[in-house]
Amino acid sequence: MRWWEALPWLAGIAAYFLFPNYLAFGTQVLITILFALSLDLVLGYAGILTLGHAAFFGAGAYTVGMLALHWGWNEPLSGLLAAAIVAGAIGLASGLVLLRTHGLTLLMLTLCTMALLEEGANMASAYTGGFDGMPGLKYAPLLGLFPFDLLYFRSQYVYALALLFACFVVVRVLVHSHFGLSLTGIRENVIRMHAVGAPVRARLVTVYSVSAALAGVAGALFAQSNAYVNLSVLSLERAAGVLIVLILGGYGRLYGAFVGAVAYMVLEHALAKAYPTGWQLGVGLALMVVALYARNGMLGLADALRRRLRGGRGR
Amino acid sequence: MDLTSILLGGLAAGMVLFIVSVGLSVTMGLMGFVNLAHGAFAMLGGYAIVLSMSGWGLPFPLALAFGFAAVGALSVVLERLLYARLYRASELDQVLFTIGLVLVTIAAVTLTVGPETQTLVLPEWLRGQTDLGVVRYRTYSLMLIAVGAALMVGLWLGFERTRLGAQIRAAVDNRRMAESLGVNVRRLFTVTFALGSGLAAVGGGLGAEILGLDPQYPLRYLAYFLIVVAVGGLGRVSGVFLAALLIGLLDFVLKIQFPKGGTLFIYALTLALLLWRPHGLFGRRSG
Repeated sequence: MRWWEALPWLAGIAAYFLFPNYLAFGTQVLITILFALSLDLVLGYAGILTLGHAAFFGAGAYTVGMLALHWGWNEPLSGLLAAAIVAGAIGLASGLVLLRTHGLTLLMLTLCTMALLEEGANMASAYTGGFDGMPGLKYAPLLGLFPFDLLYFRSQYVYALALLFACFVVVRVLVHSHFGLSLTGIRENVIRMHAVGAPVRARLVTVYSVSAALAGVAGALFAQSNAYVNLSVLSLERAAGVLIVLILGGYGRLYGAFVGAVAYMVLEHALAKAYPTGWQLGVGLALMVVALYARNGMLGLADALRRRLRGGRGR
Repeated sequence: MDLTSILLGGLAAGMVLFIVSVGLSVTMGLMGFVNLAHGAFAMLGGYAIVLSMSGWGLPFPLALAFGFAAVGALSVVLERLLYARLYRASELDQVLFTIGLVLVTIAAVTLTVGPETQTLVLPEWLRGQTDLGVVRYRTYSLMLIAVGAALMVGLWLGFERTRLGAQIRAAVDNRRMAESLGVNVRRLFTVTFALGSGLAAVGGGLGAEILGLDPQYPLRYLAYFLIVVAVGGLGRVSGVFLAALLIGLLDFVLKIQFPKGGTLFIYALTLALLLWRPHGLFGRRSG
């Protein structure tokens, strides 16, 4: 545990007091951080390249939405749990089948799985509201005490922050455990891991399912905080968006999700509405530059800078 | 619509997919490079063709040649300057780079030309219908089928009978061995990439009436091109041909019969096919 690991949480708490008018936006940032964290587990640590992670985000969102709309189940915390279970189950099922392949084939399969879910949701419009989605979802007060709907930004923000913290603790423990270290081994040299006798596929499927469950929690939070779910939660835009966020911040190092989400969403909020085409151009250019020169994102650049500043003192 | 019309319509759509995707399949099989920006070359070619016809009054065949040459030249520049740096990079970096390139291309086209759909104005001799004896069908679609078939034959001959084709086939099967036999693989990459992108450009222009032509084209059809390439097998021209016809036909038929569930079937089919044969229907593991 290093001292600066407390900084993101202090910043999160400070934001509550410093930006009282932006707490709804802040909740969305927290949700994106959680989503990016889940992607970091599969992409940054296990090395599974997926363009379909929104499948689990959407699964979580629709679970919460359908529970609230059709079965009147609107207790927030149990809704989260249901979303995590459903998303995790989909992750387990698809992981068992998909993770036999790799490379372009795996990429295509993750895309197809997500597209299947999206089309399925579109077709089952009686349950999901189809293209229009499910607006106006209502939720019961959290723990019976705190009122919880669109108007109560403050309680939603605190709720999201607490959940992010809990999930982050899980991820951090996982990543620093033997399990997490073996994932790095699998990512770097899978043949050797097989030779050493590591249960490669079991590990990959496990981390894929855990990541899916976390993405599902993020999706559930999305449905709860926006009181609205539509097909965009399962779209390629959302999957590509979270990938961009993670890469820009730096993958494989947990805090890249924080940095990337804050930077991307703040910039998007400021620029995208005013100059939508310019924003697209900028994001495209940034991606090209990152792919060519700054593979480890913003945190990687910060590392390189720190090393260069320290290099002067000799090692 | 009767069966023959449906069949012809689907074949035409499949041919367009083939013309655009064959370049992607060969370059991915040859270079192992995940190029998600291939659709952008098709779009740029389409714009070049349509705009040269409307702006400069070029006749249709000349406009096609112009599109081929212009996009081919552009792709050589991009390949030498940017793509070549990422040949040894991870798949993730390649995906990121090409997604970035797509976004930049879409934004650039939106900013210079505008977000509207461009319409292809067909020359006189391609409009209307042609009577084939058995059936009357749109001349344009028949032309597409003919061009696609001719391209397939031409490519097959090119791969089987020319030295360049042999070199490409060798490098796709086993790049290192080909290099040690004296094949200049780097130059092969550039040539193949240029040819592939040029073909995509022609496909983008030819297919403008079926697939449409607007700035969102590369992203909208990315999944289709990737599906055709993955199902057909990387680097297998005959595989891409059959996969493109299959997907084009299926999509066409399903959109008419089941407007709501058609795309779902294609994704499910792709999923099943790739799980059964991860290297594509006709691909095989390369060395």
